[in-house]
Amino acid sequence: MKKELKVSAINNGTVIDHIPASNLYKVITILNLDKISNAMTYGSNLESKKLGSKAIIKISDKFFEDEEINKIALVAPQAKLNIIKDYLVVEKKVVEVPDKIVGIAKCVNPKCITNFEEVTTKFTVINKETVDLKCHYCEKITDQNHLVIK
Amino acid sequence: MKNRSLVSISDYSKEEILKILELAGEFEKQPHADLLKGKVIASLFFEPSTRTRLSFESAVQKLGGSIVGFSDSSSSSTTKGESLNDTIRTVSNYADLIVMRHPIEGSARFASEISGVPVVNAGDGANQHPTQTLLDLYSIKKTQGKLEDLNIFLVGDLKYGRTVHSLLEAMSMFNPTFNFISHEKLQMPKEYKLFLDKKGIKYYEHEQFTDIISRADIMYMTRVQRERFSDPIEYEKTKNTYVLRNEMLKNTKENLKILHPLPRVNEIHQSVDSNPKAYYFEQALNGVYTRQAIIAAILGLK
Ligand SMILES: [Zn+2]
Repeated sequence: MKKELKVSAINNGTVIDHIPASNLYKVITILNLDKISNAMTYGSNLESKKLGSKAIIKISDKFFEDEEINKIALVAPQAKLNIIKDYLVVEKKVVEVPDKIVGIAKCVNPKCITNFEEVTTKFTVINKETVDLKCHYCEKITDQNHLVIK
Repeated sequence: MKNRSLVSISDYSKEEILKILELAGEFEKQPHADLLKGKVIASLFFEPSTRTRLSFESAVQKLGGSIVGFSDSSSSSTTKGESLNDTIRTVSNYADLIVMRHPIEGSARFASEISGVPVVNAGDGANQHPTQTLLDLYSIKKTQGKLEDLNIFLVGDLKYGRTVHSLLEAMSMFNPTFNFISHEKLQMPKEYKLFLDKKGIKYYEHEQFTDIISRADIMYMTRVQRERFSDPIEYEKTKNTYVLRNEMLKNTKENLKILHPLPRVNEIHQSVDSNPKAYYFEQALNGVYTRQAIIAAILGLK
């Protein structure tokens, strides 16, 4: 049997592939996909040699700026984007962990000001491979295992 | 430094640190009683810290400035549920500079971003306490005549002690050798050792006081706190292992000085107090000169 993606093709838009299945909803939240009206399909728990179990999202008539899409590198560092026009892949992109993360992640430190007051979180990425984030405020490190998306 | 907040010791370059120390020396010699005339300094202590507060308030008064503020949050509007955001925005209308102590980590950085006037961090939880570090540096420079090439011993709680971490970072600009003496459970965290490795700075770890202390130029003692131990018996044992007694100082260097951020518990025996190598009370006084220097530099008066 052929291992086809059980998600239908789109005419124009963006396909985000190689999302770890467990982080599908985090990707949806980070990209605010739950707040837009574009037609969208997704599949989860698909077989993947690289990830074990992956998810894929197809969004019609939606194209992302690099700055926006790079935010998902926090939870889907291996994600690949296919930009579709007239059913054809016209561009492929990979995501890149940004140097600074603003307003997406929560600081792991329960004593941090960002967990007490309305403060936009800010982090410097001190290690892009392991995704270690240093809080601009309390200066503590939030690592990938403790990463919570706001 | 003018108009810039001091939140973390890493906010200042080596040159700026040296400038503060030089100014502190000037204030020690000359009182400059009118420098802050007409200026209002807000002293906001959201948690009590009598020692630090008195040191700051004494610094302001010696320079002829006036002080508004509160000494713990029960006497402030925060007990009525006011956010830090609102308190800082309000107070920055009345003051030329805010000195702030707060139990929540990162609160000083946040305050510096929303305040219309510079903020000096007088301790934000377990995070930073940069004026302590500057007064430690001043004490080291004053007693040793230099900051370069010294052998610095850090003793006690090296894991949780924020003062030793900031001191380590700041002293690393001056080619030191470090010796760490601590219980295995309270050792210097890996991130700081990696930092030293990267900078090529030598350090040695010990679990006991030994003859090695004869090499020390500075011995920086810290408190071992009961909360750090789940087993009270282990705490009692540890507490008594790291007590510095006068007879232990017999073969130490002539120029050795013993520092401690105070308050102490029992880690320095009282028999040490009258030894000329004991420096912790003078160190506290140096805090006033250093804080005078910090305030004057930030307000652009010096
Ligand atoms: Zn934080």
